Amino acid sequence: MVSAVFHSPLDARGTPVHTAHAPHSVRPELVEGPAQARQGLPSFDKLRTIGNASSGRTGLGPARHARVRAPRTPIDTRAIWLAVLPPAIGFALLVGVWALLTKSGGAFPTPAETFAAAVKLFADPFYDKGPNDQGIGWNILFSLERVGVGFGLAALVGIPLGFVIGRFTFIARMVNPLISLLRPVSPLAWLPIGLLVFKAANPAAIWTIFICSIWPMVINTAVGVQRVPQDYLNVARVLKLSEWKVITKILLPAVLPYMLTGVRLSVGTAWLVIVAAEMLTGGVGIGFWVWDEWNNLNVKHILIAIFVIGIVGLLLEQLLVGIARRFSYAD
Amino acid sequence: MPIDTDTRDFIKVESVEMSFATKKGSFHALREIDLSVAKGEFVTLIGHSGCGKSTLLNLIAGLIKPSSGVLLCDKREIAEPGPERGVVFQNHSLLPWLTCFDNVLLAVESVFGGRETKKKLMQRTDEALQMVGMGHAMDKRPHEISGGMKQRVGIARALAMEPKVLLLDEPFGALDALTRAKLQDELLKIVARTKSTVVMVTHDVDEAVLLSDRIVMMTNGPAATIGEILPVTLPRPRDRVALAEDAAYVHCRKAVLDFLYRRQAHVEPALA
Repeated sequence: MVSAVFHSPLDARGTPVHTAHAPHSVRPELVEGPAQARQGLPSFDKLRTIGNASSGRTGLGPARHARVRAPRTPIDTRAIWLAVLPPAIGFALLVGVWALLTKSGGAFPTPAETFAAAVKLFADPFYDKGPNDQGIGWNILFSLERVGVGFGLAALVGIPLGFVIGRFTFIARMVNPLISLLRPVSPLAWLPIGLLVFKAANPAAIWTIFICSIWPMVINTAVGVQRVPQDYLNVARVLKLSEWKVITKILLPAVLPYMLTGVRLSVGTAWLVIVAAEMLTGGVGIGFWVWDEWNNLNVKHILIAIFVIGIVGLLLEQLLVGIARRFSYAD
Repeated sequence: MPIDTDTRDFIKVESVEMSFATKKGSFHALREIDLSVAKGEFVTLIGHSGCGKSTLLNLIAGLIKPSSGVLLCDKREIAEPGPERGVVFQNHSLLPWLTCFDNVLLAVESVFGGRETKKKLMQRTDEALQMVGMGHAMDKRPHEISGGMKQRVGIARALAMEPKVLLLDEPFGALDALTRAKLQDELLKIVARTKSTVVMVTHDVDEAVLLSDRIVMMTNGPAATIGEILPVTLPRPRDRVALAEDAAYVHCRKAVLDFLYRRQAHVEPALA
């Protein structure tokens, strides 16, 4: 990331007129544009002379300076088209092929039928006619709740565990073979263990989410801790920072981007696992709903469920990408 | 004991050997290093890359421990890093998630935090950044400022701890020539004002002659040692333009060049 926070490429080219961009700079001529920095003129005095010279030449007093606005970047319509058009074409192709294949009829519903069913389904997403017949909104929310609990517990255990593994080589060597062994196990293999231990379907589903989504967080956090640059740790040693300061000022910020990648992968896994787990455990949830609709031979609803699962997964991912971006830093 | 030795041997390196354990076995980096740095003296370590000059600086910083031998600073053994030996790292090593102000404040807090009020700590931070001419960019993060500015903040961070010794590891190595010259001049002014004791690693002959009271020239590694120590008796304050034709300056420069490119031009056969 470059210093996009402060400058558009346009105002770097011009003389320093930055009032609109520098929230805290007292004197506008003090702000340095990235272009100038790259040309190797970081010398502060030099910049000051540039600033003074320009304001002297154009006769801009401080009062005038405040009113000058940096030129606005024109809206790039081509870029917008390029961002919107290809995905739209891709989506249209999918629906087109689907429509072509289902044109002759059969068990598989056409896009139009599916869309009509979806409209009907989403007209009343929160009805409740007993445990086996609830609106799709409830099903999604129940699934999200299980994912939230299972994933939350996994984060609570996995992130500290990752820190410990990253910090202590002995523990890393102790735990790494176990992780390598357990990580590739299919979620469904964990389900019977959960049923055995908890003797109930819901905790077993949560357990399955927990055990499947913990690994990316453990591994990424551990890698993050191991990759904290030695320079920063040397700084901590030279400054004689307390253990608390080392953790809060150096380790946590340095590991955070790795940790958030782990969290993102984990949420993806959790959402993958929930559908399979719910198919087996039953109850209210999107996975069970898919299975129920299969038993009803309502293929339209299954197709809708696939889209819904995909969209919810996408939204979860985007949410976490947003959080990660908020907390990442530039070197 | 005469009082004089206290200031003359402010930093004392006594028969230090340094070996590193590598995958191919032990690597003998430094041998028989003996060096004294007087209080208020500016000493540069110069040599070809791989000669262990940064290793020697890290030893004085306490970041690594010698395989054998003793290092003393102000008559106390150097066992670990400490704020009385401020280090300016080669790649500035500012924490990217903190502003320039907070980077320096972190150092100030760890040295003076127990004894002084928050207001005084902020004032110290402010003064340190003003001293290196970075008062205008206190609230910026390291990625928003240029390389030269980052290095200034790194120097401010080291100075803010009021160290007894300032250790600089090729601080201007990554900068362009103009910026480097400017920072060298500013460093000279700051050192003259604060009367700091400085040990600096460099590979730049002009930089060494311009800044130093003594130039420690190191032989090529492995098993590098101090080849020669050249005193630079040029009067201070020094002006780089005037010195360019100064006979003593040219002589010193020639002596260092002669050492580096005639006598240490080729890597010696391994002595270890």
